[in-house]
Amino acid sequence: MKHKWSLPLIAAVAMVAAPLSVFAEGNGKTLFIPVLVYRTGAFAPSGIPIANGFADYFAMLNARDGGLNGFKIVSEECETEYKTDLGVECYEKLKKKAPVVLNPFSTGITYQLIPKAPVDKMVIHSMGYGMTAAADGNWFPWVFNFPMTYWSQASAMVKYIGQQEGGLEKLKGKKIAHVYHNSPYGKEANPTLETLAKQYGFELIELAVDTPGQEQKATWLQIRRANPAWVYVSGWGVMNQVAIKEAAAVGYPMNHLIGNWWTGSEADVIPAGEAAKGYRSTALTVPGSGFPVHADIFKYVYEKGKGAGPREKVGEALYNRALVNAMFDLEAIRTAMAKFGNRQLTSEEIRWGFEHLNITAKRLEELGMKNFTRPISVSCANHEGNGQLMIQEWDGKHWKIVSDWIEPMRDVVRPKLEQAAEEEGKKLGYTKQACDKSA
Amino acid sequence: MLYRVAGQFKTTYAGDQAIFPIAQDRWLVSLALAAAFAGVPLVANEYWLQAILIPFLIYSLAAIGLNILTGYAGQLSLGTGAFMAVGAYSAFKITTAAPQLNIIFVFILSGIVTAGVGLVFGLPSLRIKGFYLAVATLAAQFFLTWLFNKMPWFVNYASSGTITAPPRTILGVMVTGPGATAQVRYLVALALVVALAVAAKNLVRGRVGRSWMAIRDRDIAAEIIGIRPLRTKMLAFGISSFYCGIAGAELIFLYLGSAETLAFDISLSFLVLFMVIIGGLGSILGSFLGAAFIVMMPILLTNVPRLIGLPLRVDLQKHIELMVFGGLIIFFLIVEPHGLARLWQITKQKLRLWPFPY
Repeated sequence: MKHKWSLPLIAAVAMVAAPLSVFAEGNGKTLFIPVLVYRTGAFAPSGIPIANGFADYFAMLNARDGGLNGFKIVSEECETEYKTDLGVECYEKLKKKAPVVLNPFSTGITYQLIPKAPVDKMVIHSMGYGMTAAADGNWFPWVFNFPMTYWSQASAMVKYIGQQEGGLEKLKGKKIAHVYHNSPYGKEANPTLETLAKQYGFELIELAVDTPGQEQKATWLQIRRANPAWVYVSGWGVMNQVAIKEAAAVGYPMNHLIGNWWTGSEADVIPAGEAAKGYRSTALTVPGSGFPVHADIFKYVYEKGKGAGPREKVGEALYNRALVNAMFDLEAIRTAMAKFGNRQLTSEEIRWGFEHLNITAKRLEELGMKNFTRPISVSCANHEGNGQLMIQEWDGKHWKIVSDWIEPMRDVVRPKLEQAAEEEGKKLGYTKQACDKSA
Repeated sequence: MLYRVAGQFKTTYAGDQAIFPIAQDRWLVSLALAAAFAGVPLVANEYWLQAILIPFLIYSLAAIGLNILTGYAGQLSLGTGAFMAVGAYSAFKITTAAPQLNIIFVFILSGIVTAGVGLVFGLPSLRIKGFYLAVATLAAQFFLTWLFNKMPWFVNYASSGTITAPPRTILGVMVTGPGATAQVRYLVALALVVALAVAAKNLVRGRVGRSWMAIRDRDIAAEIIGIRPLRTKMLAFGISSFYCGIAGAELIFLYLGSAETLAFDISLSFLVLFMVIIGGLGSILGSFLGAAFIVMMPILLTNVPRLIGLPLRVDLQKHIELMVFGGLIIFFLIVEPHGLARLWQITKQKLRLWPFPY
């Protein structure tokens, strides 16, 4: 009978011993850039292309240039399943290994990490997600969300709808519905939409979809009843494809459905089949795998059999966004190294690099990303940068860009944003840090 | 040999009724407590405190709460996550409305609020039993999380719908908020858990606990011998919810820092239920063992492949983890259906004779 209790004993010993051994890895000339990913769970359809994009870009740079300025890029994936508590655990585990920058890839997790960032002096880059108010660097010096925030996105989307209707004044009396994931992420655009609804006199219908979003019958029946002129979708993971399928099922015209940039990936439209034709979403990058950067990824990574995902998935919308995200981070580090020298930088120095990031069209061409995304510049006060978005449309096989770059309504967004930053900052007990105006 | 009780005479009633009648147990518990209070904060690094010990303590408290209801009073509940949410949201509302109030009182007040909510949702237990009651508590789970999501008042009209633990101090030491060190938060959680666990232990071995167990074992018989089901069951729901409420408040204020209702969804209810089942129904020690198992096992399984030098892809690793975790739960339940607490009891009995069994 002795084995009966020896087993749990062994298990107990193993439990105690295992996490004790800190992962000691050689810290030569490396840049440690971890990525929080979700390759499993209800959000995997959105999480996988992002994770692959990061992995491939880092692998390509390591193979082609030997990393960045002689520093090998070391990345590590930590699985979060898009759950906030797992994300926090990942953060605690990763922060010991001194990451140069952290990409949480979840608005919920970003919200958790924002209070920790100044304490741990961790640069957090939430590219096009996270807390909009963090774009005010006076209050949130450690958090960056360029090239754009949800609020800017919502304003640009309204602008686009105005263009389609023949002028913003034509929105008066129209109904616009916002179908959103019932989480901090989905709710993020609401304040801006409410402001704009007042300003332009359209009626806003807010419809929340509970996570993970597989059940949306009731939501789309409400849409059918209210029959709004436009529907804006802020979805993620499995919710996206269900929304498009349900919209098709209730016969809502697909070309009046606009997704935000997280609701416009191949995985979202393909399951809906033919019905998804004409569906539009906002975009930050040009779709497709025809850019020089992709050629390098094929050459240095996929042809050596080291690709993170299937070859045909290279160039998907979210994959491309991850490439740009990785590029932004590395360019910020390069900016910092140009000033402070090619050495292991402190987190303050890396933050300086992010605050002075200026990617010109010429630089994009050098990076093999000419016209792939827009040039961007970030400043200490403005962590959102000067980003703009485009509208892409699904033609049944591929995404096609159908608009020019659209400038958000900065005059509407920025004052609200600064006000929100002050509120959020005070909640956390922050004081305003004046940014150096000369910089 | 290690657990020899020969020669330990009890000469007083107090000695006979002690929580730990055996000297070895007293030593072990005192040592463990001393280590937990004095040793751990000095030795453990932030990852250990933040990712393992603090959630372990918080989940232990929640498991004690559910164990009172399910293990002792026999009322199956799937609403633990919602009751924890009530604790978290009420603590947030109380501390933002009265920032000067000591955060410990805030926790206790939020526990009392949760107890009130628990009483309301416990009312159906007078008419329905077993799995049917579980379904009724499931209604609490869905209704309450929906309510917190729907009503912006609960989050002080924050547009993101999240609640964030504001910075609060006790005697000038930062306890909650981003500025609080993991050591302080650990010590606060530990002190609360120890105090509440002692209270629970005394409760369940006293008159109240005996009436709960009588109701659990056969309610009609209990009623005949003079136990009032209404009061007993309501008391179980109230006290259980009190514990869960404090655990929920701690989850936000001492562990996560900020959260939305997603953190309190149905999977949290199941998680705590698994802790109670694996740890041992009707055992305070079992609540701790179950919480330790559930909190540490996934972390262990995530780190093992790396430790033995087996670089697995994260998705594969996660799927293996799920399978191993499920397998282990089934294994433990087959080997010892009464949970880890029973295993510990068997171990103790063996150790009485070890290493010279008959």
